[in-house]
Amino acid sequence: MSVLEIVILLPILAALAIWLGAPARATSVGAAIINLLIVLGLVFQFKPVSVGGAGMAFESARVVLDNPAITFGVGADGVALIMALLTVLVTFAAVWQIAADKPAIYHIASLLIAGGGLGAFLSTDVFFIYAFHELALIPTFLMIGLYGHGDDSHRKAVAWKTTIYLGAGSLILLAGLAWLVLEYSGGQKLTFDLNALRAQAASTPLPVEKQGMIFFVLLIGFGTLVSLFPLHSWAAPAYATAPTPVAMLHAGVLKKFGLYGLIRIAMPLLPEGVQVEWVQQALLYMLLGNILIMGFVTISQRSLDRVLGNSSVMHMGYIFLGIAAGTEVALQGAVLLMFAHGISIALLFALAGRMRNQLGTLELSKLGGLASHAPVFTILFAFGAFASIGLPGLANFAGEVMVFLGAFGADGGTKLGPLQWTVILALWGVVMSAVYMLRAYRDIFQGTANAGLFMNDPVVSQRIPLIILAAALLVVGCCPWLLLDLLKSLSVAKVAAM
Amino acid sequence: MSVFSVEIFLVVFGLALLSLEALMPTITRRTLSTISISGVALAFVLFLFASKSTADLPAFVQAYHQLDTLAVFYKGFALVITLLVLWLTVESSAYLTKFTPGGNYSELFSLPIIVCVGMMWMASAKDLVTVFVSLELVTVSFYVLVAFARKSNLALEAGVKYLILGALSTGVLVYGIAWVYGATGALTFEGISAALVDPATTKQAALLGAAFLLAGLGFKVAAAPFQMWVPDVYQGAPIPVTAFLSVGSKAAGFVVLTRTVECFMAKGSVIAPEVQGLLIVGGSLTILLGSLPAIFQTSVKRLLAYSSISHAGYLLLALGAGSARFDLDSGGVVAFYLATYLPMTVLGFLVLALIRANGGGEDLRDFRGLAKRSPLLALVMTLALASLAGLPLTAGFMGKLFVFLGLVDQAAWGALVCAVIGAAAGFYYYFRAILAMYSNDAQSPAPLSLSMGTKAGAIALAVVIIVVGVYPKPLQQLLAPTAAAVVAH
Repeated sequence: MSVLEIVILLPILAALAIWLGAPARATSVGAAIINLLIVLGLVFQFKPVSVGGAGMAFESARVVLDNPAITFGVGADGVALIMALLTVLVTFAAVWQIAADKPAIYHIASLLIAGGGLGAFLSTDVFFIYAFHELALIPTFLMIGLYGHGDDSHRKAVAWKTTIYLGAGSLILLAGLAWLVLEYSGGQKLTFDLNALRAQAASTPLPVEKQGMIFFVLLIGFGTLVSLFPLHSWAAPAYATAPTPVAMLHAGVLKKFGLYGLIRIAMPLLPEGVQVEWVQQALLYMLLGNILIMGFVTISQRSLDRVLGNSSVMHMGYIFLGIAAGTEVALQGAVLLMFAHGISIALLFALAGRMRNQLGTLELSKLGGLASHAPVFTILFAFGAFASIGLPGLANFAGEVMVFLGAFGADGGTKLGPLQWTVILALWGVVMSAVYMLRAYRDIFQGTANAGLFMNDPVVSQRIPLIILAAALLVVGCCPWLLLDLLKSLSVAKVAAM
Repeated sequence: MSVFSVEIFLVVFGLALLSLEALMPTITRRTLSTISISGVALAFVLFLFASKSTADLPAFVQAYHQLDTLAVFYKGFALVITLLVLWLTVESSAYLTKFTPGGNYSELFSLPIIVCVGMMWMASAKDLVTVFVSLELVTVSFYVLVAFARKSNLALEAGVKYLILGALSTGVLVYGIAWVYGATGALTFEGISAALVDPATTKQAALLGAAFLLAGLGFKVAAAPFQMWVPDVYQGAPIPVTAFLSVGSKAAGFVVLTRTVECFMAKGSVIAPEVQGLLIVGGSLTILLGSLPAIFQTSVKRLLAYSSISHAGYLLLALGAGSARFDLDSGGVVAFYLATYLPMTVLGFLVLALIRANGGGEDLRDFRGLAKRSPLLALVMTLALASLAGLPLTAGFMGKLFVFLGLVDQAAWGALVCAVIGAAAGFYYYFRAILAMYSNDAQSPAPLSLSMGTKAGAIALAVVIIVVGVYPKPLQQLLAPTAAAVVAH
């Protein structure tokens, strides 16, 4: 039993144990802490292999099927480890903050979603990458449908929309992956193993047009899972309505799966796919839709949960920009931004959840003056908000600046083509985030308190996970090389050999 | 001892069981069910150890019986589903007693054995006459089984519908056989495919025969446009019989369909492109006609019926769009899919039977709060529904994956779109039942008590669903022609 298999299976087994009657909070927090420690250990132990090597560490494989060859293979390179670190951090915070009076299904669902995310990030077999992500579908559906905020018909409607939308997206993704596997298995037997597929891709690449077509299908499939415009309308209501731990895990972790899939599966196997002109144009328009259109939508929101949900959709645009550019700096920035955004949005949703519990509302017009009674809470929120805006010193800035610089300089820094214009337009997204986040901060924390609506700081034990998340933002923001070193080998050539 | 002896044993055993009640009127149902289940279990064990080589068959049988991988697999399949159906009959005793005159339903323990034999013979059929005879054995027994709950109008209506439409489809089938014989001059599959490759065969005649033949078989497997009987008949029949129809009859129909299609689509056959086209279009239509109406169903039993139609669509697509790129040919994919279909469907019907037996009905609202009444049943039902929907890590996904691979390989894009629509619709109607189970209702519902045997069976089926979903290799090796699968397994 390799260490990565343990990391994946631990949350799932913990969920089963809770179902069988183990004490919910103790089991889930225990499993989350163990996973956190293991992954931190792996991160410190990981030495990036030089360019050209396979780059995978801690590998193990069990053959599950012969032809098509499917193996339950696990292995981690820098990208996978960063994503795994994100998952365990957010899981820890999510299960810790579940209130004691919530039914056990909160813990079970959170653990299953976490297990699904870890499995998806740490697998080296396309089949299991896809399969583990789907593990999260039913828990999310049940949590939103049964315990979401709002009245019964509203949360059921949101649950249905989310599930069917994500289900349809994943089916399109399946078709794309099936196409990919069939194309790259040459005359030999079909294989789902990523290593084998990329070896095949390196030796006999497909014609560029076909790469573009398959890449586009994968883009639509993965894009739906990441709320790429215009396939985004499920996301904001889902995050606003979901119970807090589910919102944290979904927005923070699961959403990154689609982007991870593009970086891990689509780009290495279809290196010229994203550069095909019509695909690139389509992607640029879509990501600008995310940034600009969803940016304006976020500005017009009047309730904190909606602001956070829509801002989450908006920020995905930056990461897609990194993918569209495809240069080393841009891709590294994209991965860093995935981590940073996940942490910051999890922090913000946790705080918003606490506010909703204590105050009963998240309407910006009704809130105000919370800073006077809850200073620590205010500072934590400030961390999340400023990180989201992209303030230097916090993790999101490092990722964003790398994406922008990497994309702008993509064609050797000599061209002012569509990619560069997109960067210029995307920069306005930073301004828009400043508008809605600062306004939210001012409306909630500053000014005079509204009658009856005040809350105290969380007690020390409740602050721990939030402080850990905020600290992660600060540490990675000031010392981004801590994570970037893991990605040292992530260049386009490396991505192709990844 | 050859497999044929096992089949003879089963026939004799079934008939003996049927007459047992007449000769010993005081025999209790419990004894009867125990004898019945033990007999079939014994037959299964004998089957595992029996010789699966054609040379060991009695001489007079060798000309009509084949024992390739597929035949052996489907024989085992028939035995397993019969065992499970007999178990379901035991679980449904409360409601069966209510709807049969005098509470007498012992024939439900002997008729399935006859059906099992019919299915086993169909699996080995080498020529169209054997197909027809064994098909009729299965179908006529089902006419009786479907209408069995005679005090229920719904069951009688279902029985009459099945009888009339079944008889019609049999007529169509025979007509097709006649045309095929006329066009090709042969009744064995080998002979027919040889004649189809021969350019001297009249294409139109062969095509007409093939079309009628496929129509007759299509009725049996719930393929569009012959699927209209399925929801009503499945809803009216008693739950164990519905499970039997849904899994067993479908499997038997598909083994015959596999052989027929392989014969018609042999390399160089004059009608191959048309038959393939019929299968792909028919499959797509079946998926749509099965999935879309299911969205509006409130009865879980009817929902499972529509889901049965939808799955038949996937199976037809597997037949029509087979890929040569992996170890399973189209017949193998169909067998694999059916093997995954068995546990999840039986589990679904088991939970339905248990809810029915404990005072509920068959509607979605009878499923509400099941998570509180019996967390185990809710969990296994969730797994079964997730598997039916085709969620990865469950058995149902593997079957769909093979179908998708085949469709993409053959570039059947229209069919792929229909498959995606069907699966997406499936997310709605299967998950609706899951949501109902975990819903919290205001009043606390009565807890469901289950016997140890029931719990063990439910858990076993659930475990099979997950294991096959994560580790499908043993099942595939059972079916891959290259593996030594003809040996006992």
